[in-house]
Amino acid sequence: MEELAIKIEHVSKQYRLGAIGGGTLQGDLQTWWARVRGKEDPNSKIGSDTTLKIGERFLALDDISFEVKKGEAVGIIGHNGAGKSTLLKLLSRVTAPTSGTISYNGRIASMLEVGTGFHPELTGRENVYMNGAILGMTKAEIDAKFDQIVEFAEMEKFIDTPVKRYSSGMYVKLAFSVAAHLDSEIMVMDEVLAVGDMKFQQKCLGRMGDAANSEGRTVLYVSHNMNTIRQLCKRCIVMDHGRIIFDGDTETAINIYVSSTKAPRIVNDCSRIKRNKAIIDGNVSIQTITFRNTDKPFYSGGGPVQVNVCYTAKRHIPNMAMRMTVEAGDKTVVGLATSKACISTIEGENEINLSLSIDWLAPGKYIIKLTAYSVNEFGTNLMHDVVENACAFEKRQDNDANNKMGWNHTWWGFMMFPELEVK
Amino acid sequence: MQQKFSTVIVPKTGWFDLNLKEVLKYRDLIFLFVKRNFVSKYKQTILGPAWAIIQPFLTTVMFTLIFGNIAGLAPGGVPSFVFYLSGNVMWGYFSGSLSSTANTFVANSHTMGKVYFPRLVMPISSVLSQLINFGIQYLFLAVFLIYYTVTGQGVAPNWWILMTPVLLLQMAMLSLGFGVIISALTTKYRDLAMLVGFGVQLWMYATPVAYDMFSMGAFAPGGKWHALYMCNPVTPAVNLFRYAYLGIGSMEWEYYFLSWGVTLVVLFLGIVLFNRVEKTFMDTV
Repeated sequence: MEELAIKIEHVSKQYRLGAIGGGTLQGDLQTWWARVRGKEDPNSKIGSDTTLKIGERFLALDDISFEVKKGEAVGIIGHNGAGKSTLLKLLSRVTAPTSGTISYNGRIASMLEVGTGFHPELTGRENVYMNGAILGMTKAEIDAKFDQIVEFAEMEKFIDTPVKRYSSGMYVKLAFSVAAHLDSEIMVMDEVLAVGDMKFQQKCLGRMGDAANSEGRTVLYVSHNMNTIRQLCKRCIVMDHGRIIFDGDTETAINIYVSSTKAPRIVNDCSRIKRNKAIIDGNVSIQTITFRNTDKPFYSGGGPVQVNVCYTAKRHIPNMAMRMTVEAGDKTVVGLATSKACISTIEGENEINLSLSIDWLAPGKYIIKLTAYSVNEFGTNLMHDVVENACAFEKRQDNDANNKMGWNHTWWGFMMFPELEVK
Repeated sequence: MQQKFSTVIVPKTGWFDLNLKEVLKYRDLIFLFVKRNFVSKYKQTILGPAWAIIQPFLTTVMFTLIFGNIAGLAPGGVPSFVFYLSGNVMWGYFSGSLSSTANTFVANSHTMGKVYFPRLVMPISSVLSQLINFGIQYLFLAVFLIYYTVTGQGVAPNWWILMTPVLLLQMAMLSLGFGVIISALTTKYRDLAMLVGFGVQLWMYATPVAYDMFSMGAFAPGGKWHALYMCNPVTPAVNLFRYAYLGIGSMEWEYYFLSWGVTLVVLFLGIVLFNRVEKTFMDTV
């Protein structure tokens, strides 16, 4: 049997919605007094249109169980509010679970934030000691690692300057460096690599990879950046609404996460999608997008992807144009297609058919962002409507393409050129 | 086969699960916090740690003028300056520790919300930081004591000064106990934080800091309010301090033992309460 590093059994975490008791003794007494007299609680919120009432209980984590082996690097992905951060908080003992048991071996270094306990008035050197001690190192351990930490952060020159004079990049580099040099058996990280320049990010990822692969440390990593997840983790857990919906290899996990972002549907109602009001003038409102000439939005070969767009306009626009941005599931922009500025729009309801050629698109799941705009006489774009996540489609691989190799976006990108000709 | 784990996190601990061994393991952190509190307090000040002396000095001058000379509340026999200084140094240690431990959770919620360390580390390091301040002020007081003793102005230090460490320990425990109770409650009720500053002020007037209790009829031994007055656990401590260093007043040991009793009960209650909230206070703070 392989040695386990972390074992989580039936863990739940419950929160009460709304401000807890109003936060003051006076508030609690008011609530209590109102209840005694049978009146309405003066501290409950009025007119909140959420379906969950204030004071109602809500499970941020709902009966979670999993195990992590020693030396494993596990990624945790999920939408905002899926419970990832709550899980990390429980693991790093910032707060306790409502029920269930968490067991682990060794020390946990939690990096829910870089630079915890940094004091602006103290110098870099003093803060390294401070931060190290907060993360559970003794002074002797920090002494031994001090030079390594400073060298990794590339901060030799500034180590005796108060950190309030540091640039934010320097600050973060030093802080990360301390955390990365902890002698802990388990590292728990919440998107801390989203900082620093590219070079430093790669260095951090390398360091984390080393920690897991050659030093036998266990890494738990939460991120929305699928590329770093791919790079670091072989196993990945997908969470949704406080539950684990998948636990397995990273590529499958990412696919599940990505497809739960937007499910491919034939008819896509866009009227409810939130728009960024700051960039559009609202003259056009795209209502629905319907895939045509197919019974499922799955394509093999060159497509084309044909859609019918229904939209309403507030006024007559003689020469409107549309463009489609094709995005991969992890929000990487793949490309853009623009129509001619010849869509004549009348006041009221309109309908138009668009066709997108996907000959060179690599297999995978894609999301379309649709923009209606027109260009005025000065060449300025006027945005009428921009719909993010408007609809999704999937391009499936021909059985005989690429000599039956599955497409990997990390290595090969999003463009599949026509077959190489052998002459 | 069941595997053994070194750490097991369960929803709640019992009332008396105090993990002092773990606190001891984090002693380096305690010292770093003490150092940080001290260094950061006086960074970018010209006078630096001299402020630790200037503050009680100015208060003492004020007390000497207003309560001593104008209101005539100082005892005869010793210079009123040293009478007020001794009271201020002792009271300053107690009130300083109390107010800094009282807002432990709220002031450090930022750090505590991101990383785990035994929560008791924070209040303990606050009390220790105050001890440094006390040390500086104590030296300052010593200078005056020696001067007044040598010039023969009625100041008569005696062997009871050997009780100083016991007194300090008691004040540390008492302020830690009260501070921790308040900090545990302020995680939910911020109102208490507002009350602390005012409460400490009031408490000072219930303690013989600004006046001599032996010349106040109702508070002096045999007076109407004497028994009630002596229930304040800080009063016997301040009395003992002056009795030892200035040789004035008289000691009523039964009240001093009562004051120790109160100290132990308060500290015990404080730690039990702290234990209850420390695991989940991050959800409410």
